[in-house]
Amino acid sequence: MLNITEKILAHASGKSKVSPGDVVFVNVDKVMIHDVSGPGVIAVFEKLRKTGMKIDKIWDPDRVWVAEDHFVPAADKISAQNIVSLTNFTKQFGIKRHFKYGMGQYGICHTLSHEEAMVLPGEVYVGGDSHTNTTGALGAFAAGLGHTDVAYVLLNGKIWFKIPETLYFKLNGKLPDHVMAKDLILQIIGDIGNDGAAYKTMQFGGTGVSEMSVESRLTLTNMTTEAGAKSGIVEPDQKLRDYLAERGVTKYDEVHSDADAQYEKIYEYEGSEIEPTVAKPFSPENIAIARDLSSIELDKAYIGSCTGAKLEDLRAAAKILKGRTVKIRTEVLPAAISIFRKAMEEGLLKIFLDAGAVVGPPTCGACCGAHMGVLAKDEICISTTNRNFPGRMGHVESQTYLASPLVAAASAITGKITDPRDLK
Amino acid sequence: MKGSVIKYERDNIDTDVILPGPYLKIHDYAELAKHAMEGLDKDFHKRVKPGDFIVAGKNFGCGSSREHAPIALSYSGVKAVLALSFARIFYRNAVDGAFLLPIEIDESAYHDISDGDSLEVDISKNEIKNLTKNKVYKMKPFPELIGKIIEAGGLFNYKP
Repeated sequence: MLNITEKILAHASGKSKVSPGDVVFVNVDKVMIHDVSGPGVIAVFEKLRKTGMKIDKIWDPDRVWVAEDHFVPAADKISAQNIVSLTNFTKQFGIKRHFKYGMGQYGICHTLSHEEAMVLPGEVYVGGDSHTNTTGALGAFAAGLGHTDVAYVLLNGKIWFKIPETLYFKLNGKLPDHVMAKDLILQIIGDIGNDGAAYKTMQFGGTGVSEMSVESRLTLTNMTTEAGAKSGIVEPDQKLRDYLAERGVTKYDEVHSDADAQYEKIYEYEGSEIEPTVAKPFSPENIAIARDLSSIELDKAYIGSCTGAKLEDLRAAAKILKGRTVKIRTEVLPAAISIFRKAMEEGLLKIFLDAGAVVGPPTCGACCGAHMGVLAKDEICISTTNRNFPGRMGHVESQTYLASPLVAAASAITGKITDPRDLK
Repeated sequence: MKGSVIKYERDNIDTDVILPGPYLKIHDYAELAKHAMEGLDKDFHKRVKPGDFIVAGKNFGCGSSREHAPIALSYSGVKAVLALSFARIFYRNAVDGAFLLPIEIDESAYHDISDGDSLEVDISKNEIKNLTKNKVYKMKPFPELIGKIIEAGGLFNYKP
């Protein structure tokens, strides 16, 4: 009678059964740090050393992997130094999986987690980033932690969790062609609110999710963070097995919910009823139907991030931009080099350039207001990213509308928020 | 713990305003403190005093996992945040890193406490005294493990 999340956490804590609310120490299978949380962990290690703790090795360097994503290409002297510190750290502790900017495959950590199959079904995965939830679409328990907690995992291989209640989101039937997983997750966050799943797991299923690609499912789990969730998860199926096999991975222990698994609440959505949806400033829960915002004039369209620059996101944007010309500044930043390469091979990059957009390197960049295209005061952006709090993408008085790649691309063409069906 | 209140009467105070993204590259704790709450209150670093409490609405600290957020508040002198509820990563960062106490209060305390009030917080009694208004409020007790980690002085000092 356990659901997939309870089963994974029970197994990882050496118990036959766990119930929501139990607090357990869980053995971790994989852990990720990046160029923000990595230096954060290094600072924690320094603090611990000052208390007399000796730290000359970590728990298991083969279970740790490292991404450079937030401030690459190095935004300034401090971020360049952070990348050097991170490189020294991985060398010192013998961490081999370090995806370096400018050395083959690299990209946004959450994108690498699935592109490189860094995490497998049934595993417990923690990362020093709030969108670690993304990877739950691979049938794993995946949750974000801060620097102290990640440092604790690096030294001890375990961490405490409260067993979460699970909210089950059932999608009946396929989403229409003009609608993407992004529209559905924005609708869900609008319905349950920024803290509607606080401390809980959001599990996705139903025929609509079975029909979805793994990349679409990753969009759903990615934004569970915006509803306050501890994790998001989708049960493994043949689509996932095929996705992992394409990446050379066939051996893992799948975990599935029992037939009589318990969920705190079940929400049902009809695929055919989901509309192109946008989150207005300054909160992901502040949603509206795209068509109701067609008078909003924009300065910029941003197609990037772990949420909205996977291969199918780029394909969706290209479908709209093909043969058309952008009316506002439009930036496309594929989320990893592997995706960049496929987009090049499929001719998508040419479509973007022909439309007048600029194509940039994978980076978290402007999504978190770090660099590479941040917004000025009063600038208004439509973005395929995940958050739109004040100052998220730049000036505290800039505005971000969150949307699907289809809506963002259609809006880039007209300069106003546009439902893809309304393009001439 | 005694201190005075800086109150923000709003929900969903997120980590992007507690410590804005461009400062994520900074790991010098004193330097981070200079930018605490910058996205919401430019004058925060001028008016915050050692021992102060922040009082806010629900879902305090939502958004990113950046530990910079509790660090910046802690190194500004904030000893505790009293809120209707907390986002999960902010909560565990505050406790596990021993940066500040995330204290859950109820609606009546939230509405009663005013900016500038003097409070005395006693976590052994789960009690908050409002010395300005001469009132006493209950705080939500910490769950068992959280209480033990706080008592130990952070996760690294806690022995399971």
